[in-house]
Amino acid sequence: MTQGIWYNPSKTILAAIALVFVAVSGVRAELLIRITEGADSAIPVAVVPFAESGQMPAGDKVSSIVQADLTMTGEFRALSPEKMLSLPSRREEVYFRDWRLLGQRYVLVGGLSRSGDRVQARYELFDVNREERILGETAAAPASNMRSLAHHISDKVYEAITGVPGVFSTQLAFVTLDAAGGKPRYRLQVSDVDGKRARIRLESQEPILSPAWSPDGKKLAYVSFETGKPVIFVHELASGKRTKVADFPGLNSAPAWSDDGRSLLMTLSRDGNAEIYRMNLETRQLTKLTNHWAIDTEANWDASGKGIFFTSDRSGGPQIYHMETPGAELRRITFGSRYNARPRADSNGEFVYYVHQRDSAFHIARTDLETGEETILTRTESDESPSVAPNGRMLIYATDQNGTSVLTVISSDGGAAYSLPGSEGEVRDPAWGPLVR
Amino acid sequence: MKFSAQSKAFALLLSVGLVAGCSSTGGTAEDGEYGSDVGAVDQEGGSTVYGGDDQRGVSSSAMTEKERMAAREQAEQAALRDITVFYFDFDTAEIKPEARDVLVAHARYLANNPGRNVRLEGHADERGTKEYNLALGERRANAVQRFLIVNGASRGQIETVSYGEEKPAVMGSSESAWAQNRRVELVFE
Repeated sequence: MTQGIWYNPSKTILAAIALVFVAVSGVRAELLIRITEGADSAIPVAVVPFAESGQMPAGDKVSSIVQADLTMTGEFRALSPEKMLSLPSRREEVYFRDWRLLGQRYVLVGGLSRSGDRVQARYELFDVNREERILGETAAAPASNMRSLAHHISDKVYEAITGVPGVFSTQLAFVTLDAAGGKPRYRLQVSDVDGKRARIRLESQEPILSPAWSPDGKKLAYVSFETGKPVIFVHELASGKRTKVADFPGLNSAPAWSDDGRSLLMTLSRDGNAEIYRMNLETRQLTKLTNHWAIDTEANWDASGKGIFFTSDRSGGPQIYHMETPGAELRRITFGSRYNARPRADSNGEFVYYVHQRDSAFHIARTDLETGEETILTRTESDESPSVAPNGRMLIYATDQNGTSVLTVISSDGGAAYSLPGSEGEVRDPAWGPLVR
Repeated sequence: MKFSAQSKAFALLLSVGLVAGCSSTGGTAEDGEYGSDVGAVDQEGGSTVYGGDDQRGVSSSAMTEKERMAAREQAEQAALRDITVFYFDFDTAEIKPEARDVLVAHARYLANNPGRNVRLEGHADERGTKEYNLALGERRANAVQRFLIVNGASRGQIETVSYGEEKPAVMGSSESAWAQNRRVELVFE
């Protein structure tokens, strides 16, 4: 069977420990997608339904997946196909004047052809005003993997227009909680960036927290309470194999991977209170990075990969701090409110994103690392767990909607919002996976 | 409720009386220090409480009064120990004044019963971030642990764990729910 761009989980079911069941073969859960608001400055783009030659596999059309991808960013406003005056599939059929009349800046056309087990896509992207082709490609994928083909096209289109790599082929990790029927069921899941094709990687009756992607996208580190206390595991997605990496007395929490995938930042309280450590995953050697009676936690590497951002309440309440290199002097980043926590830096070194209390609400905010300017990004009021997309242009976080925790994607300037309500209870702790080339 | 606490206390005295030998450490209970002296008085007074005549001590009426006070103290301590959940204000791990007497009662009980162990489970309300709340829950459990140790319990009797915001006692997003979730639970093992 062709692998495609996928992780193919092992079919082996490991022996069940009393409280934990590792489910590695496909129990699928669909998350719905709902656009809550779009940005004003969105670029109008027309994604024309692709011409089809041969039997197309069942499921969403490639063009509708591309349309949904571009819309999710908040940077594009897609023209509904009903409004299209014609449905071209190649340059000769494109009347630019028609598209200008419809106010479109870009038009994407293409055709799909089926040959045996594979589908080939030929597509072209045009700048309507300049009447110029700016992208043209042929791509192919197994008929069983049309979604990945569509996301690939979205990535190319996005990059051709914005100059920034698209993140539509990335994955999300998150935790769901199903409390119906008395006994809580926690599930660690991995899905496509739009919430589709979600697969359960770990199931437990005890909490699972803080999933963190390895830089190669092949592993997740997370905190599990399956033994009755917080313990850090590293979980290999392809094989389902898990390794316990931190089980010291007290806390073992907040794992974060280094750029080379060789070490994990973690919060341990083995010395008496919550401090940040770095563990070499090969040797298991620990280096202590903070040494203060305050709570120090939620460490994450900065864009350079050499310094860390973290949360500390050494000034009386949680605030974001930066340490340029391990052991260097601290620079406090946040001042504007009494509660700022869980920093996540973007990979460009421009901003750090975090949870920020304003009056009685908890929003996602960001600070410009050059100017120090702070901006609140969300209007929702009980926000948690921000995670930045690897291209820095979007952010996913968890928030409360009518008493249930849902995931919401926003553009990183707060300009648009896109909700992924869970179909199975609460959805929390999202982690945006890396770009995997 | 007071009755059941008293009957519990009497039951306690009964068992102590039955188990205890006739040794008398003979201390007089001083005001506010019934903790360890209650035991001594119990051993002497156990039999007296059940209606025997007591010829030991200064005079029978004075001993009976002391025994009554001891019994009441015992009942109060047991009633205090009925409370096993301690609450905190937002983002603090400060033990509230009203919790102190209760914790002292637990500490003394642990001191007197070195074979007993407790687990302190620290929690936070849902606001803010999960990992910070894990550390906050731990800080609260540690604060209670320190208080117990200072008041007589030994470190080996106490285990702590934090669940952060993951195991609320009360669901919901109201001030009331939050207040009930910011807690440490004392669980006897």
